[in-house]
Amino acid sequence: MPAIVIDDLAKSYGELTAVDGVSLEVGEGEFFGILGPNGAGKTTLLEMVEGLRRPDRGNATVLGLPVWPRNADLLPRVGVQLQASAFFERLTAREQLRTFASLYSVPHTAADEWLERVGLLDKADTRVEDLSGGQGQRLSIACALVHDPEVVFLDEPTAALDPQARRNLWDLLSGLNDSGRTVVLTTHYMDEAEVLCDRVAIMDGGRVLQVDSPAALVRTLDAPARITVAPGAVAVEEARGMVGVDDAHESVDGVVLTTRSPGRVLALLAERDRLDGVRVQAGTLEDVFLDLTGRAYRA
Amino acid sequence: MSARGSGRSAFVALSLAIFKGFLRDKGAVFFSLVFPLMFLVLFGGVFSDQDQSKVDLIQVGEVRLVDDLPDGVDDAFAQTFDVTTSDDLDDALEQVRKGDADVAIEQRGDELVAHYTQTEQVKAAITQGTLSAFVDATNVAQLAAESGREPTYSFKAERVEDESLTAIQFVTPGLLGWAVAMSAAFGAAATLQGWRQSKLLRRLQLSPVRTSTMVAARIAVTVAVALIQMTIFLGLGAAAFGLTLTGSWWMAVPVLVVGTLCFMSIGLLAGAIAKTTEGAVNMANFFVLPMAFLSGSFFPLDTAPGWLRAVSNLLPLKHLNQAMLDVMVRGEGPASALVPIAILGGFAVVVTLVAARLFRWDTT
Ligand SMILES: Nc1ncnc2c1ncn2[C@@H]1O[C@H](COP(=O)(O)OP(=O)(O)OP(=O)(O)O)[C@@H](O)[C@H]1O
Ligand SMILES: [Mg+2]
Repeated sequence: MPAIVIDDLAKSYGELTAVDGVSLEVGEGEFFGILGPNGAGKTTLLEMVEGLRRPDRGNATVLGLPVWPRNADLLPRVGVQLQASAFFERLTAREQLRTFASLYSVPHTAADEWLERVGLLDKADTRVEDLSGGQGQRLSIACALVHDPEVVFLDEPTAALDPQARRNLWDLLSGLNDSGRTVVLTTHYMDEAEVLCDRVAIMDGGRVLQVDSPAALVRTLDAPARITVAPGAVAVEEARGMVGVDDAHESVDGVVLTTRSPGRVLALLAERDRLDGVRVQAGTLEDVFLDLTGRAYRA
Repeated sequence: MSARGSGRSAFVALSLAIFKGFLRDKGAVFFSLVFPLMFLVLFGGVFSDQDQSKVDLIQVGEVRLVDDLPDGVDDAFAQTFDVTTSDDLDDALEQVRKGDADVAIEQRGDELVAHYTQTEQVKAAITQGTLSAFVDATNVAQLAAESGREPTYSFKAERVEDESLTAIQFVTPGLLGWAVAMSAAFGAAATLQGWRQSKLLRRLQLSPVRTSTMVAARIAVTVAVALIQMTIFLGLGAAAFGLTLTGSWWMAVPVLVVGTLCFMSIGLLAGAIAKTTEGAVNMANFFVLPMAFLSGSFFPLDTAPGWLRAVSNLLPLKHLNQAMLDVMVRGEGPASALVPIAILGGFAVVVTLVAARLFRWDTT
């Protein structure tokens, strides 16, 4: 039985259609990503599935139970991190987490364990207002998980974090579905979705454009690989003439060759002893995203 | 775990979270405790100073008038003047000149000579009038004693404070009413807005906590703060300014609880109408501050014009102040508070219903 079933959900704000008939299924224990640019409708979709917003059309069930109207039997089994962090004012990190634990009738020890798991032990007595952006995000995630829910919704958990902090958070997030927990997360970051998600839905303009695993999405796109050669190793003209090279252009790092048969091109480069400093980049989810949305990538 | 058990732990946790948030909010603590207390100290201090504002009198050498004051008159003399004695006329005059004393008196033969300055005209007039009155009274008493006849007229001084209320008795209930009204309204307005702005309200909606539990926790904390305010006000009033409570003062507790609910509802209304936290607090201020002036929190309404008293009857704070005044210092029985409690409760219900109609979970 799928953990989440979304059937033709739609929501408009006046003239603007934020979510336009979305249907999805998320399996139990799956790590599911919703990927899309600003204003794609990710938050609106998530809030309808959480039971926070009433859909104009369609319905959603989580763990087999309808989410609207507010269902008191379902709520203890679901954890939520909203896009804007929602904290009790002037409480410390520990007090915050303990308060949420009590709201879910969970002992304080669980709160303290989560404080450690998200690496905030040394910030336990810092007030939430004084936490950095990344620490706040981690606390917010801990608040969503303190009662060990079967399903968690995380709305842009890594927004506004520096690359280092994002990667740290990935370590935490990637373990979340190990114990069979279902995780749904939204993000703008392709690399994040590739690393974390079993499947992603690419969304734009309130619609889901494609759903599949990141690898399958890249494969179906048939995206060309990019081979970068050290500056001066190959001239652009020479590169264009090589068998298998679709295109070549100069960049700050050297000459970039675009190809659909990277093995053959690499062999040719090896023959000419031009492999020094060579870098190969396969097609990425970013290519898929750009291809699907036709938009500039706005992470 | 039982639903009831989880409800209770959620209630306790929420109440604690809100109460800690209050104690750590310097602005809230200042405006609900320190600020009204400053008024109490100010009013209590100013008015009690007025009570004991005696004329400082230096008696130089022997002054027979003072020693010969007849019965009854000597009491009045003691109430008007603070007497110190000195043998050095020049030193006494210097003190009067510098304003350390108001008047110096000496006896020259049968003449009583008073030295005072005109810098403080009112006190000078009082001194002059009072002293000559005492001289006359003493003369009359002596003449009467010599002739063996009772004087036709006699003089008796009686203080009026015992009959009506001293200043501190009057200002404490009114200021307490204002303080409670302010912190209840601000607290409700700011919490509602603050939680809404920070999305906490939406987050709590997604937790298994019932809305009624959230409301109950907020009410419990506000009532607790009101009772703390009451304890501090009464404690300070009694310890520092001689406040004495009358028989059924305990009836002020239920009055205060219902008053708190009433002003919370006003705060909720402000929070429901306004779009921002600052807006909500300003709006609460807009409701409460004029009401405090018109409800006898800062000055008594007894002498106010009739139309003003008619208007004040429409204001819940007037009834809160009145009820507390009656049971705390006027010695009225507990039953006197029942009608004000009903009025405050009615206000609370009506305003809450209006606020609930206007309330939105989200700012958008
Ligand atoms: N409460 C609201 N009232 C009116 N319009 C809204 C509201 N919430 C969202 N919208 C609009 O709906 C559209 C979808 O918004 P949504 O927040 O779901 O996007 P998102 O994909 O989560 O974007 P982001 O990546 O920036 O978080 C946007 O155009 C937004 O302006
Ligand atoms: Mg969003």
